[in-house]
Amino acid sequence: MPDTTRPDHRIIVDIIENGSRVLDLGCGDGDLIALLKTIKNVRAQGIELDNDAVSRCIMRGLSVFHGDVESGLMDYPDRSFDWVILNQSMQETRKIDYVIEECLRVGRRVIVGFPNFAHIRARSTVFFCGRTPITSSLPHSWFDTPNVRFLSIKDFVAFCRRKSIAVVDVRYLGKIKPVHVLPNLLAINAIFVLTRRPK
Amino acid sequence: MKQAAPDTTSTGVGLVETHSVTFAHPPDELTLESGRKLGPITLAYETYGRLNREKSNAVLILHALSGDAHAAGYHDPDKDPGWWDVMIGPGRAFDTEKYFIICSNVIGGCKGSTGPSSTNPATGRPYGPDFPIITVADMVNAQSLLIDHLGIEKLLAVAGGSMGGMQALQWAAGHPHRVRAAIPIATALKHSPQQIAFDEVIRQSIMADPDWRKGNYYDHGQPNRGLAVARMIGHITFMSDTSMEEKFSRRLKNGVYGYSFAEDFEVEGYLRYRGDSFVKRFDANSYLYITKAMDYFDLSGGRLIHADREIETRFLVISFKSDWLYPSHQSREIVREIKRGRVDATYCELDSTYGHDAFLLETDAQTGLITHFLDNLGHRHA
Repeated sequence: MPDTTRPDHRIIVDIIENGSRVLDLGCGDGDLIALLKTIKNVRAQGIELDNDAVSRCIMRGLSVFHGDVESGLMDYPDRSFDWVILNQSMQETRKIDYVIEECLRVGRRVIVGFPNFAHIRARSTVFFCGRTPITSSLPHSWFDTPNVRFLSIKDFVAFCRRKSIAVVDVRYLGKIKPVHVLPNLLAINAIFVLTRRPK
Repeated sequence: MKQAAPDTTSTGVGLVETHSVTFAHPPDELTLESGRKLGPITLAYETYGRLNREKSNAVLILHALSGDAHAAGYHDPDKDPGWWDVMIGPGRAFDTEKYFIICSNVIGGCKGSTGPSSTNPATGRPYGPDFPIITVADMVNAQSLLIDHLGIEKLLAVAGGSMGGMQALQWAAGHPHRVRAAIPIATALKHSPQQIAFDEVIRQSIMADPDWRKGNYYDHGQPNRGLAVARMIGHITFMSDTSMEEKFSRRLKNGVYGYSFAEDFEVEGYLRYRGDSFVKRFDANSYLYITKAMDYFDLSGGRLIHADREIETRFLVISFKSDWLYPSHQSREIVREIKRGRVDATYCELDSTYGHDAFLLETDAQTGLITHFLDNLGHRHA
């Protein structure tokens, strides 16, 4: 993997097996899919809302649907993919319940990556400065953020428990290195691997 | 306009000629979807670029309702190039330095392929209303005989807008082993009632003209008024509210109201001009037969991609935001069928104010998408 690879992408590439069938929701310019195709020889499909990003995906020869995540999921038959990836796009999603349920339906396993709102720097900005936090994983001001959800790692664990979603694996990221202690305080990003709890 | 400096991208394919081939001679006529038989069948076609030794670089371009085989380059001594010249040529989306481009006139047409204005060998007179009803599948089946004739087993891609897009989809559905990729643009899996309604008004305006004579008008001349009105209706549906506002607004031809039914507004003059020039180049019966073929077309309900077959066809589906004749939701319906078939696909909705005409006019955006899509097919193959 090139040195410039984003740490969250490194982890996701590491998790996904060779030759998997992958759906990347909110795939942007297709960096992650391109990486997965090269390193893990996956069959990948992206969904992306932004016009220019879609064009850039097509230039790279990636399969991509121009559209929003919510309406893009419903047409897939059950278990169409080995992996559905919702990396750094869940916080921009309105119908979280629906999207996660759909991800679990169309994919055997689901990767959810999101910025941790309870990171120590975010907490201290609120506590000491009384301002909405701006951190490396939450880089926007309150007035121009695309995020509509602000959640912590603990919040998401509670959500999964409430929804009876099985958490198979979780990885916590600092700015560069993985975080192993006090993740809800020290991790800026979290990557969850989910699957449907057998009934 | 695009004809400035004489670099390779602006010169295009130059002078071209239309060829024709005749097949399906009796008793081996083509069996149509209706069960009726048609033969012999002549197809007019043009080709640009060179077929490689492996015969793996052929791209079939499919025309829309009133199109023809002359997709690119110039006919001596015409001033206007083929209908998709901006997209076909050296360095263009369908790059003739890389690909062997084929375009043929559909059966039912009137530009050199067998249609209602062709001579019926049984009577020695034009078919007229005796011409069998044809479908998009019949058009494609006839094209596949042309592809056989050219010695090509598998096309690299099939591409077209509007009815051309329907043919591209039909190729993927009916001959999946013969196409590696399909590029349906500004099209639909099936006509909605609104689209059928427009087509019916178009047909009725032709048939209401007494000069139509139940289709037997070839000794007397075309139903000019009816066909012109039919085409005027068509042109309204090809534009958008915005593009009409930009092109005409409420501008008057003579600056003041004439207080008569003469053409006051520029938009009226434009439609009349379009209608009148159309009757000089298009057969009224062909307009009836081809609009009917489009109305019958329906690949919904799992007919595009068969569940029991491993299909490798790759799709690039393109729609345009302001196209209300073939709105984006119809392209998304195509995409839905592809998803259900678990086949890879790319879909892009392009920003444009041109309405349905965008597939002929939005050259740059389409070129970007198509060039790279085709390039990546090549890489996969190499």
